[in-house]
Order: sequence, then structure tokens, then C-alpha cells
Amino acid sequence: MSDVRKHRQPGASPILSVSDLVVEFPKRDETVRVVDHVGLEVWPGEIVGVIGESGSGKTLTALSVLRLLPKRARVAGEIQLGGRRILELSRRQMRQLRGDRLAFIPQDAMRALNPTMQVGYQVGEPLILHRREPLRAALAKAITLLGSVHLRNPETVIAQFPHQHSGGMQQRIMIAMGLALEPELLIADEPTTALDVTVQAQVVNLLKEIRDNKGTSILFISHDLGVIAEVCDWVYVMHRGKVAEEGSIERIFNDPVDPYTRMLLAATPTISHPGGVLGRAASAARR
Amino acid sequence: MLAALFAPWIAPYSPIELDVVQMLQGPSAMHWLGTDEVGRDVFSRTIYAARISMQVALIAVSVGLIGGTLIGVVAGYFGGVVDLALMRVMELLFSFPAILLAVVLMASLGTSVLNAMVAIGIVFIPGFSRLARASAQAVLREQYVEAARTVGMSDMRIILREILPNIVAPLLVEAAVAFAYAVLLESALSFLGLGAQPPDPSWGNMLNTGRGFMAQAPWLGIVPGMAMFISVLGFNLLGDGLRDVFDPHMR
Amino acid sequence: MSEPAIVIADVVKSFDQIGLFGRKIGPRAIDGVSLTVQRGETLGIVGESGSGKSTLLRLVLRLIRPTSGSVRVEGRDVWAARGSDLRAIRREMQAVFQDPASSFNPRQTIGAILAAPLEVHGFGSRQSRRALVGEMLERVGLPAAMATRYPHQLSGGQKQRVAIARAIILKPAIVLADEPTSALDVSVQAQILDLFEEIKRGLALTSIFVSHNLAVIRHVSDHVAVMRRGRIVEVGPAAQIFANPQNDYTRALIAAVPDPYAKFGNPRNLGVPL
Repeated sequence: MSDVRKHRQPGASPILSVSDLVVEFPKRDETVRVVDHVGLEVWPGEIVGVIGESGSGKTLTALSVLRLLPKRARVAGEIQLGGRRILELSRRQMRQLRGDRLAFIPQDAMRALNPTMQVGYQVGEPLILHRREPLRAALAKAITLLGSVHLRNPETVIAQFPHQHSGGMQQRIMIAMGLALEPELLIADEPTTALDVTVQAQVVNLLKEIRDNKGTSILFISHDLGVIAEVCDWVYVMHRGKVAEEGSIERIFNDPVDPYTRMLLAATPTISHPGGVLGRAASAARR
Repeated sequence: MLAALFAPWIAPYSPIELDVVQMLQGPSAMHWLGTDEVGRDVFSRTIYAARISMQVALIAVSVGLIGGTLIGVVAGYFGGVVDLALMRVMELLFSFPAILLAVVLMASLGTSVLNAMVAIGIVFIPGFSRLARASAQAVLREQYVEAARTVGMSDMRIILREILPNIVAPLLVEAAVAFAYAVLLESALSFLGLGAQPPDPSWGNMLNTGRGFMAQAPWLGIVPGMAMFISVLGFNLLGDGLRDVFDPHMR
Repeated sequence: MSEPAIVIADVVKSFDQIGLFGRKIGPRAIDGVSLTVQRGETLGIVGESGSGKSTLLRLVLRLIRPTSGSVRVEGRDVWAARGSDLRAIRREMQAVFQDPASSFNPRQTIGAILAAPLEVHGFGSRQSRRALVGEMLERVGLPAAMATRYPHQLSGGQKQRVAIARAIILKPAIVLADEPTSALDVSVQAQILDLFEEIKRGLALTSIFVSHNLAVIRHVSDHVAVMRRGRIVEVGPAAQIFANPQNDYTRALIAAVPDPYAKFGNPRNLGVPL
């Protein structure tokens, strides 16, 4: 089956390119390799999914791009963001890059938002820090941003505190904050996992809308095949620190090649395929 | 602690026999830490005092630990009105300054070492009961307690088998810290003349005597003071050590 | 025909707060729920967070006392039961809980954990209990030698197998499950769901299975009840609820679940019928 990456346009270059990424953690008498020669690309306007189970290395790959790995981690390989080699940047340069061209949306918005700080200030903070905008202008932009992620009454929301909002609303606030500096790349680590299905669907739609309207590229990390299928154009399947398979979402679902991918598909119960013996199907599919 | 246990063998001199000739001597080869106003060896007295302090602290902490755990676990497990009543009483006790409470209790019980133990023990009960209650409530939310109920375990068995083993760790850590505090409280009571009665040595009454001789014989105050400092520090460190030992994941 | 295995009749639960100045009536977590579960049937209860589904399960398990209404299990009112009736309920109805990490007393070995229900109900001698524990471990696909391990030495999937072993060691008629696979990876979830199915069939169990995951509920249930804000909004045979939902909320819930096969068609070469 043909597998065309429609966002890879001739003449363009990828927003993010990771090649030969290796992440290791020294243990008492050995080093544990958690990311093993991973390569991936994100093209302009593309939503790229990274799917895997716990221990697959998907989150550590994302944290490598953000340079947010724990200090004892050893990192090798090459990561380029808009042509700049991230692993060679100083910590100060990296701080500038984060938030400005690169934004991170974590799984648990409740814990990522400062509970003692008003929403408006948190959303506007990147503008104050990176662009040295005055408070009043930053707050005005915060209102616009909160409106763009479909929060009702953004004028009142800016004066409220995070705990006054539900999990889904908090995740929208996080997304608004990530969008403040109009980054080229959003990295979202399991952004919908903590949410109820109805809210999850809304957040997924919001991310697609952001990509469609602003052309923002998104690296979407998830363990959930269903959500990945909903939102992504191109998918990397990770297993034990390696990329098991990559391809367009259609191809991965219609014609999975790698045994692990096939196992994953067979193991996932869906509404339209309720029957069967999942575990046995999964191990059969792996052969 | 070891020194306290083996006091009769370590101490070179009797702690209470008088030797008026040797009074108020400075530290020397014969009397390592000098002698006091009636010629008693300070080193020996300090070690014997450690013995009394440890005894008082041990009994007092046990009284506090057992009483507090009992009250706390019952309050935490049964909740509702039982909880409300027990914890209000504990808060009442807690609202007195510890020393004041101990002094009042001593005044009504009479001055003796035994009563000091009981009084200090009662001072500790509210603290332990609060900790036991909070820990029991945390364990109560764990699913293995629900699982135990589902298979039909009795309340008593759930408390003994599922809850107690999982709250001993914080309680013992707290006990080590309380031990240090008990040593201080006992010294304070003795300093005020409410604990060990002369001629029995206690860091508190030694300190009190030493106070009068600060100019001529500073070691009389410094030695028991240092002894207190070292034992308090020691028990706090022991508490930290216990915290590590009791982590079930270390097994 | 005899009475259904589980009858929940107009149960209300409000979490009241008892304070110094009397009782404060709390909001209703369960607001007039009635359900029945027939013998040998699995009822799936699905709902979002705060719907009251886990509270309802705890009411049936006699872990929480209802404010009003009654729960009958095998013909016995769980809150009126005393003595031998209560012991019978405790033997006949078991549970598997959500969080593998907190399901076991960390200070007991797996063997002691599995033997506890047998001790409580006075089953056999020490020797025969130990033999039965080994047998149960093997039945759930674990080596009998695992009895000497501590819970933290096991993986999440192994812990849920042990939880299933604990639930069936008394040979109960009813096993209730509260999100038993929510904390697991999909490949492990698939194995645990298979095991649960196999054991249900083997012991002809009656079951209530609570989950937020509609696909899992669809997979395990004969009947499905949809909960929202403490009420049942719709209940019926699983196939009917998913194919032809009557309630608006049920419809919205089902529409929100991503279904890749509806979007992309079936995978061609998995080599297994899905």
C-alpha cells in the first residue's frame, strides 16, 4: 500500500528532526538504554503521533526535545528544531527557545498550573518574560488566547484561579498558555488521558483546529490508539525504546506491518469490535 | 544509651557518696569531668543521670505511644461521633503548653520519678493520637482495607492485621523524636525540683545545682547540658534512620 | 423463577457531614438508583468521573451504607443481614479493585494475602490453605512460587491476576470489578480481560463491571447501565445500547469515543478475526 507523507513538501524542511537519539540512565553497575536510536520528523502543519505502552520511551523522547530530561540521563544523537541543533544550545538559549518556538502541554494541567496565580497572568506570563510586554497588554492578549481555545467569558476567567475550573478547562488554559508566543511546535504528552471521553473529544478537536488555523505543528504523545487515530497524520509506534514502525495513520490501521503494531491493534477493544478474545488475538497477531 | 545501660560498671565512683575533701575540683585524671559542690564525681553522676532520664523517657514514650495509638486508631477507624468526641478531648490537652501540662499533672500526682513518667506520657498522648488517626485514615482509604472488608474480616482483625502494621513506621519515627523531647521534659521537671529528688542524680537537678557555681565550676553546668544536647541529637538522628529502615520497599 | 442475584432498589446516598453543630446534608452522590443483575450475567456500569458508578459498587459491596433504599444479594438484604447471613454474603460476593498499587497490604506476602479470606471463613488447615493458594495462583496464570513474594515485587498485570485470585478463592457466586484494567497497558489489559472472561465462564459468575471506558464495557457486558450525576440515564442489553442508544447523553458519550475502525475500516492482515 502506498504511504505518502503529505506534509513533506518539496523545498520545505522539517520543523523537528530527531536522528539516532539515544538516552541512557546509569544504574549501579550497568547503564539502562531507554531510547535506542530513535529517529523522527515533524513537518510544517503536521500532527505527528508517538504511540507506545509504558516503558516504550515515548515520553523520554519528547523530554529530550525539550531538554527536560533528568540531569543524570546521558543523551546522544541529533535533534534539530527549525535547523538549530538543540543539544548544543546553552541552557539560556534553550530557555529562550522553550515557550518561544516550542511549547509543552503536559498530561496533568492541574499540577502544571500554579494554584496561587490568576489564570490571566499565567497565560500572559510568556509574553512578559520573552517579549517584555507590559502587564496590561499581556492580559489583553490572554483574553484573546483564552477566547481562541473556546473558554467562555475570558474577561472573567483571567481574574480566576485554576482550581475554579474543571480538568478540561484547565487543559484549555494550558493550551492557551502554550500558544501565547505562537510557537512552531507544540509537544503534547498524553494531553487527554486524564480527561473524560466527552471532554477528551473537545480537546482533540481544539488541537486540530489550532493546526488548521495557525499551521502549528504538533507532536502528540499517547498510549491511546483511538485518540491517535482521531488526531494524527503520521504515526510512530514505539516499543522498548525503538521505533517499531512509522507510517500514515491510514496505512498503520489498514496494513500494519510490525508484529508489535499488529498486537497493539488486536489488543485494543473498540466499540465496533466488541467480541473476540483480546489477549489471544493480540498474541496471534504478533506472530 | 549504652552508657546508661551499663552505668554501674562504667562509672568510676558512686554517684551519691560524699567526699567533702574533693569538692569543686576541676577535671583531672582522677575525676575526668571534675567533682561537684559536695565532692561527687560529675562523670559518674552524669552517667547515672542518663540512666534515670532514659528510664523516664522510655516509660513516658511508651505510655504516650500506646495510649495515643489506641485513641487515634479507634477515632480514625470508627469515625463519626466517636472520632469527634475523642479528638476534641485530645485538642483540649494539646492546647496546653507541654511543660505547663506536665507541671500541673506533677503537682496533682505528687513529685516522684514514677509520676514524672506518667505525666510526660500523658503530655505525649495527643500528639501520638493525632498522628495515629491521620495515618489510620490514610490506610483506610487504601483498597486493601476495602478488600479485607469484602472478604468479611472483623473490625478488630482489620485494625490489627491491615492498619497497625502500616502505621507503625511513622509512629516509631515519632517515638524516637518524642524520646528526645521526653529527656528534655524530664530534665526540665527535675530542674524545677519536680522530677528525680536529690540525692538521686538527674541532668535537670545537676544543671540546677551547676547554675549556682557557674563562675567557680563551669563544668557542673556544661557537662549535663552537653549530655542532654548529645542525647537529644542522637534520638533525632535515630528517628531519621528509622524512617529509612521502615520503608517496605527496601525489603 | 427465583429472585435475581443482585437487586438494587431505589438507593440514595448523600455524603452528609457531621460537625459540632449537627448534621449538614450533602449533595446526593447516588440519587434513586434501581438495577437488577440476573444470575450468570455481567452488568456493565459506565459513566464519567463523578457519575457515582464507583460509589454504587461500594454500596452493593456493603462498604458504604445507603442513606435510603436497599441492596439485596442472593435474596439477602446486605444491611439487614447479621451473623451467618452476613458471613454468607461475605463469602458469596467478592471484588477486584482498580488500583493494583494499593490493592494489597504492602507488609504481607502474596501467600498471606490470598490465605486471609480462607482463614476468615475457617477453610481447611494451614497446609490445605497453602495448597489452595498455590492452585489459585496457577489458575490465574502465575507460578505457585509467587506466594512468597511481596506485592511491590510484582508488575501491575501480575497484581491484577493476584487480585482476581483473591476474589475467587472462596468460590463466590458474584464478583464485582471496579475499573480493574484502567491502570494497565492495553496489551496487559487484553490478557486480564481474557482471564476475567474465562473465570467468569468457568465459575458461572454473576458480575458488575464498572468502567469509564466504553469499549471495555462493550467487550465484557451482557447488559449496560449508563450513569450520570448519580442517576441511571439508560439501561439495556449491551448490543442495543451501543447500536441504538435512546438517551441523548448516551448518544453523546458513544459519539465521543474515537473508533478507528469506523474511520479507516478493518485492518487487513492481523491474521485473526476481530
